[in-house]
Amino acid sequence: MANVEDQINESQKLGIEIVKESEEDRLMTLSVGPQHPGSGHFRFTVKVDGDYIVHCVPDPGYVHRGEEKMTEYRNFIQNIPHLERPVIHDSNNITYSYSLAVEELTGIEVPRRGQFIRAIASELNRQVYTLYWLAIYGIFLGHSTMFMWPTGDRELFIDLLEALTGARVTHAFNIPGGVRNDVPNGFKDRCLRQIAYYEKRLKEYEDIFYNNPLVRQRTEGIGILTKEDAISLGVTGSVLRASGVPYDIRKVEPYDVYNEIDFKVQYMKGCDSFSRAYVPFLDMRESCHIIRQLLDKMPASGEVRAKLQSNPRGPPGEAYRRVESGRGALGYYIISDGSPKPYRVKISVGSFRNMLALPHLLVGAKMGDMPVIYWALNYWPVEADR
Amino acid sequence: MNSDCYQYNNTSKTSGTRDNLVSGEAPGTPSSSLKPATAGNSMPSVSSSSKLSTGESELVPTFEKRIALEITTKFSQLVHVIFIKPLRIKIAVEPSNIVKVATFIRDDLGFDHAESVAGTDYPKDNQIEVIYHLGSYSKIELAGHVLSLTTRTNRDDARLPSLISVYKSVEYHERETFEMLGVYFEGHPRNERFLLPEDWADIPPLRKEFRIKGR
Repeated sequence: MANVEDQINESQKLGIEIVKESEEDRLMTLSVGPQHPGSGHFRFTVKVDGDYIVHCVPDPGYVHRGEEKMTEYRNFIQNIPHLERPVIHDSNNITYSYSLAVEELTGIEVPRRGQFIRAIASELNRQVYTLYWLAIYGIFLGHSTMFMWPTGDRELFIDLLEALTGARVTHAFNIPGGVRNDVPNGFKDRCLRQIAYYEKRLKEYEDIFYNNPLVRQRTEGIGILTKEDAISLGVTGSVLRASGVPYDIRKVEPYDVYNEIDFKVQYMKGCDSFSRAYVPFLDMRESCHIIRQLLDKMPASGEVRAKLQSNPRGPPGEAYRRVESGRGALGYYIISDGSPKPYRVKISVGSFRNMLALPHLLVGAKMGDMPVIYWALNYWPVEADR
Repeated sequence: MNSDCYQYNNTSKTSGTRDNLVSGEAPGTPSSSLKPATAGNSMPSVSSSSKLSTGESELVPTFEKRIALEITTKFSQLVHVIFIKPLRIKIAVEPSNIVKVATFIRDDLGFDHAESVAGTDYPKDNQIEVIYHLGSYSKIELAGHVLSLTTRTNRDDARLPSLISVYKSVEYHERETFEMLGVYFEGHPRNERFLLPEDWADIPPLRKEFRIKGR
C-alpha cells in the first residue's frame, strides 16, 4: 500500500486536493461556561484531542462584585451583610473569620455563650453548604436521587438556622463581639432530634451513592492529585484532605471554643475524585458529633454578645484570621488605620485557591470526566470571584 | 477565651491550645537581635503597621521568636521583623531580596505554600505593599502559623519580582494583584486580566484614587 505522501501526490495529479491533517487540526477548543449548566458562572476553555483534554485555561470573574473595594466604604458592622454574599450557603463561616479579625483589631471580647452559638451556627451552615454541593455533585454524575435527597434534608438545617437567626440563607448572624441574638426556646431539643434523623439519612446516602458501583467506577482513580502536588499548589479543605494531608483549621488553630471539642480531622489517602467527594461526607458526619458536644457544653445562660460602642474601632494595625469553611480555610486579612472603616480587606477563599488544581487535573483527563473532576474540587465560583 | 490569645501582651493565655503544636522550644533565645534594625536601612518605612512592632520582645512567644531568629541570623540586615505575635510573624524585605528570602523560608523553614497575596495601596507614601501569607502543610509544628512576607514598590512604576519560581501557589494570587493594583510581576507568565470584565478600561480598582461611581 502506498504511503500517505504518495496518495496525496496521486490525487493532486488527478486535480483533487487533499490536505494532510496537521497536529493543530486535531485539536478542538471548547468553551465550558459561563452559561453552561455544568459550570455555575465559571468559564474555562479546554482544548481536546479526540476525547482527551490537552489544555485548560480557567477564566473566572463572571460573578466578580468587588467585595474588597466595597468594604472600604462601610464601617466594620455595615460590612457584614454584603461580605456574606460570595457564599450565601455558608454565610456563617464567611462572616466568622471576619468577626474574629475585627475582634482582634478592636480588642472586643466575645462572651462564652456567644462563642458556642457561633460555633453551632457555623457547623449547621457547614451541613447546609455540603448538602447543596453534594446535590450538585449527584446530579452531574447523573444520579438524580442524590440531587433530591440532600436538597430535601438541607431544608431541616435551613429551618433550624431560620429559627436561630431569622433568615433562611443570608443570616448576617455573626457580628464582632458575638452573635445577633440568643437561641430560641426548645432549640436544643429540636436540633438533637434533627441530628438523630439526619445521621440515619447519612447511612442511606452512603449506601445509595458512595457504595454505588457505578459512582465508584466513575470517580475512583479519576483526577489524581498527589500529596506533593496538593501541597505545592496550596489547595485547601476537602481537596487537600483527600490527598492525605490531615489539615483542618479547627484543629491546627482552634478558634473560639473548638479547643474544647473532641473531634477527628477527616482525611483520606486516595488522592482521586472519589476521595474528594467522600471527605465532605465524612466531614458532615463528624460535624454532627461536634454539634452535639457544642449543645451539651453550652452554658445555660449568659450574654451572647459584647456591648459594642457605636462605630467600633481599634488602634492602627492588621489581623489575619482563618476559619475552616465548607471549602477549606477562609481567611480575612484586614488592615485598619484607626478609623471605623477598614483600610483594606483581603478575603482569601478556598475556592480561589483550589482553582489552581483545575488545569492541573483536567489536562490528560477525558472530556467525559470533566464534571466528575470539576465538581469534586468543591469549587464555588461566586466565592472565588468575590 | 480563645480570642484573647491574639493579644500578644497576654502570654499566660497563649499557652493553652496554641503551644501544643510547638514541639521543642528553645529557651532563652536572645531577643535583642529581633528588634527591627532600622538604622541605616534603606527599607521603606512601614508606616501603617509600625505601631505593632515588638518593642518588648520578652513578651512574644518563644517558638515564633525562634523562627524569626533563624531568618534574621541568615539575612541579618536584609530582613526587617515587623511584628511577632502568637502564630503570626511579619517580615519585610527589599524587592531585590524577596526571591532569596522566600527560597530560604521554603527550603529551610518549611513554609511550603502561599495562602494569599494581598496588595495594599499607600498613596501617602507613594508605595504599594504586597504581602504573601505563607503557611505549612508538611511540618506539623508549623501548621497553625502564618508567616507574612512583605515588600514594597514604587507606586508610579510598580514592579516586583514574581515568587512563582518559589511558590507555585501564588500564580492566580499574583495575577489578581496585577489587575487589582497594577503591580507588574516580573517572571510571571500571565500578567493579565483575571476577574475584571474583558472591556475594563479604567485604573486598577483597588488603588485608592479609584472611586466607586456615585460614592
